[in-house]
Amino acid sequence: MPLGVLRVAQPFMNIGRFTILMSSAFMSLRELKTYRQNTQIQMVRIGIESIPIVALAAAFSGAVTTVQTAYQLVSPLIPPKIIGAVVVPSLTMELGAVVTGFILSGRVGARIAAELGTMRVTEQIDALEAMGLNSIGYLIVPRVLAGILMVPVLYVAACVIGVLGGLAAAELTGVVSSAEFILGAREHFDTFGPYFGLIKSFVFGFLITAVSCHIGYFTEGGADGVGRSTTSAAVMSCVLILIADLVLAVLLL
Amino acid sequence: MIRVENVYKSFAGRPVLQDVSLTIREGSTQAIIGRSGSGKSVLMKHIIGLLRPDQGRILVNHTDISKISYNELRKIRRQFGVLFQGGALFDSMDSFENVAFPLRTFTSKTDQEIRQEVQTCLDLVQLSNVGSKSTSALSGGMRKRIALARAIALRPRYIIYDEPTSGLDPETSNTINELIRNLARHLEITSIVVTHDMHSVLQIADHVAFIHDTRMHWTGTTEELHQSNDTILRSFVKANEYVIGTHHSPNSP
Repeated sequence: MPLGVLRVAQPFMNIGRFTILMSSAFMSLRELKTYRQNTQIQMVRIGIESIPIVALAAAFSGAVTTVQTAYQLVSPLIPPKIIGAVVVPSLTMELGAVVTGFILSGRVGARIAAELGTMRVTEQIDALEAMGLNSIGYLIVPRVLAGILMVPVLYVAACVIGVLGGLAAAELTGVVSSAEFILGAREHFDTFGPYFGLIKSFVFGFLITAVSCHIGYFTEGGADGVGRSTTSAAVMSCVLILIADLVLAVLLL
Repeated sequence: MIRVENVYKSFAGRPVLQDVSLTIREGSTQAIIGRSGSGKSVLMKHIIGLLRPDQGRILVNHTDISKISYNELRKIRRQFGVLFQGGALFDSMDSFENVAFPLRTFTSKTDQEIRQEVQTCLDLVQLSNVGSKSTSALSGGMRKRIALARAIALRPRYIIYDEPTSGLDPETSNTINELIRNLARHLEITSIVVTHDMHSVLQIADHVAFIHDTRMHWTGTTEELHQSNDTILRSFVKANEYVIGTHHSPNSP
């Protein structure tokens, strides 16, 4: 195939390969019992071990949003409680899910691609297959399942910690009292916000893990190939999060 | 018995195997020799079903593995043990867990039974005391022996060795060759050795198949190999003898 045609066809070939990989993963859900322990391990690695960095990012997001909202909105004509009314929906509808998604793209996406890429170039995936094990079921299903299950949990944690960060910033800077912040948040609270954020985090969890698994699983070359896969996984996950964020906003709002 | 019948395989339009046929007799040790890039490893991957031929058939106990479903293929693969060139040990596990992995995955043995079985395999490869060692702390020869212990853990009917002595010093190569010979004798395994090391071939093989330029060029017994007048085969054997000579000669520079 000429190089030019190959370059044009490559994204379509990747989409086709991704679809086949995910349908194979879906088919191997029948053997989930075999992969249960591996799924639990991945839930710890993707979910529990990500809590500190997600918490840090969420706390600062909440704090910065509070300070900036105060700077932009509060005037003698607008009551300070509006800060709570702006910060909480910002966190539940957008920042909680997107900040968590970006953090996990780097932390989890890159790790998955590096792990699977190394396994590919050192023939460990061939060794699994040669034993008669379904490598897609064993390696990909637990990671994608862990992503789908744990990213929403991290989203909830990010929202709670983000709000606490906002409250702390409000108190420390004196832009608004805790009582007014909470009052504003409660008065304008819309239950759809957390649901919307949860849907987003579920989609982001799938995208980060599935795309990184795909890139890692089909790594070619040696250390250079693993390096390229790791970078691609982090970048692709971030780009897909941005696209999915917009698509979901258009579809659901 | 394994029969390879008129196999043709190409990658991106470039043939890597052309009209290759071979019969591997039960209980024998078959060496597949040839220069680097001649198609030996591709043939090995066809025999285990990691690659499917473009044309031709691969029969394992009269079952054409190029036509069966993935799940049926996985059952057939469980009759094989494979020693990959770099060992392909799982670096997320220590040596003991690597050997225990197929037993934990495919049998319902208790922990105690698995421990005994792993110890037996480690004894067979003369590495009784390295179970707790991380795979990264092992030398090249030790890695291959642990990989060999993992390959025989399920007592396979066939065992495939992909370049078992490549990258090893002559003394360690001899140890590996001895192990291959002993395992074939003690466990009554059919062995397939893919190599370009003639020293290995002469020590362990009963039958030899020589692939040259993507085609099966010559097949016969080890005795017939000595008597062959085929110029290409003789040239390959002679080149190896030269290498072996320079390795062992005390006067070599």
